[in-house]
Amino acid sequence: MTSGQNIFKTNEGAQEMRARSEISAKEILREVGSVLRMSEAEVANLGQSSGDSDEDQTMIINMGPQHPSTHGVLRLMLELQGETVLRCKPIIGYLHTGMEKTGEELTYMQGGTNVTRMDYLSPLNNELVFSMAVEKLLGIENDIPERAVWMRMLLSELNRMSSHLLFLATNGMDLGAVSMMLYGWREREEVLRFFQKVTGLRMNHNFIRPGGVAADLPAGWRSDVLEILEMLPGRLAEYDILMTDQPIWRERLQGVGVITADEALALGTSGPILRSTGVAWDLRRDQPYLHYEKMEFDVIVGSYGDAFDRYAIRINEIRESMRIVYQILDNMPQGDYRIQNKKVTPPPRARINESMEALIHHFKIFTEGFKVPEGEVYVAIESPRGEIGCYIVSDGGPKPYRIHMRAPSFVNIQALPHMMRGGLVADAVAVISSIDPVLGEVDR
Amino acid sequence: MSDHEGATEAQPMLHGCPLTDSHGQAVVHPSRTQYVALLKKLLDSGYAMCCDLTAVDFLTHPGRSLPDGVVAERFEIVVNLTAIASRDRIRLRVQVPESDTNIASLFDLWPGTEAMEREVFDMFGISFDGHPDLTRILMPEDWDGHPLRKDYEIGRIPVQFKGSHS
Repeated sequence: MTSGQNIFKTNEGAQEMRARSEISAKEILREVGSVLRMSEAEVANLGQSSGDSDEDQTMIINMGPQHPSTHGVLRLMLELQGETVLRCKPIIGYLHTGMEKTGEELTYMQGGTNVTRMDYLSPLNNELVFSMAVEKLLGIENDIPERAVWMRMLLSELNRMSSHLLFLATNGMDLGAVSMMLYGWREREEVLRFFQKVTGLRMNHNFIRPGGVAADLPAGWRSDVLEILEMLPGRLAEYDILMTDQPIWRERLQGVGVITADEALALGTSGPILRSTGVAWDLRRDQPYLHYEKMEFDVIVGSYGDAFDRYAIRINEIRESMRIVYQILDNMPQGDYRIQNKKVTPPPRARINESMEALIHHFKIFTEGFKVPEGEVYVAIESPRGEIGCYIVSDGGPKPYRIHMRAPSFVNIQALPHMMRGGLVADAVAVISSIDPVLGEVDR
Repeated sequence: MSDHEGATEAQPMLHGCPLTDSHGQAVVHPSRTQYVALLKKLLDSGYAMCCDLTAVDFLTHPGRSLPDGVVAERFEIVVNLTAIASRDRIRLRVQVPESDTNIASLFDLWPGTEAMEREVFDMFGISFDGHPDLTRILMPEDWDGHPLRKDYEIGRIPVQFKGSHS
């Protein structure tokens, strides 16, 4: 290790939430969300008034990291006064496996296997944003064959549906509608079965690759998609009966975990959380990629910014995705499924058997990878959880010099303290669930 | 892409900082002293969302292309902003020297950058002045070193387990 004076001593601060007596008033105010919510005058009042500062009446408890409703290994430290949450601090990193460091050691060819494991509930969107970033650096983003582009859209939208179906399942489970959990998983399984038919795998597909996709759609894909599209409306109507229209469900969600549009923007949240506050921001419409500018669909927005809005947005986004998939079915062109550019595309299997050059080319591209011109690029798309971005710096070699994924869950989770403040501890579960975090992507 | 192109044509500027184009994306190169003031101006002109903040360690790739007047340093802070109304994006690249890995925090402008700055501190050892809670976020508290630095070798550093039975 060089330059010892630059390596910081790392025991300089604990990650945990500390008791009120150990921290300054300013820190308390930040942790209770006053930075966003209150004017300075209100902040000054908070110090003396309210039972807030009385340490005898509060207690700090851990929720997680192994709590079933924290969606993985999220640990929350909650300061409670009775049943009211005063402060909340999310502590993450339990699933950190250094995927960005690993990404620097993998070629652009292999990178897909790495990024697809970050947000494991929408792997195809991760692959898509990575592939789009690499293609932009290569300068081939406009040369991708039409069929590949439409296939990417089809898979991306089906992935959005499967991800939101899983959200409905876990949201139901977290709030006690356990039968919903089974229904959500059941419907998601139908989508995953289609993915398995197309990509060979249910998750972590590595199917969308720089230059196109890995294989063409299998025979009978159209009827498989239609089967899913015909099955879902009835099931979604059942969910509406089971949850949306049900007074108990509404009581549990309405007015819980409220966040305003200004707060959501200042905190950098995106996706359904930002849209629940009434900000109509969807990258599919506002900064279109693939062929989304040709699609007709609505951006669903809420108006109260509460957990119910976020639930309703997601269930309706499934319906919008279905609309998009119908349009994709009408427009799916024939043709090649990957770019015929010798630099990035391995030769087809048949050519390898008859041509020495093809064999060498195949060997080279899989052992050394292809070189990408020097440069840096940031590409963002709309994943089910919000804006997923991929920042790649290339030094001209076959491996990214630096690959950074802007993970929507990582940013969204930082809104938790603001949503939880002043709520009941029983509602904490509803709030976490409504953020729909994927810890694989939070920790990377 | 080359360094010399800027010498013949006039360098486009934005609020006094060199503006370049990277694959159709606008990139501004402020100095560390211009950093916060520039971001304040961008925030006031509609870039309401700071969607990403990260860093790059250019230890083994010092010869990258930068506009005239920007001296390449080891570290670079990269900030991505989004304007909701004009549907626009802009990126900032700030040079941070190895001898003084310090930069101002954006917490006062966008509270959402708190976690991202903590991640950069954790992974690169760059500290942010004015950050309210600069602690490690992904690595354990007592970890040595900063993993995404280029001189942090993979596999050469013994794995540290906290509280393991030896």
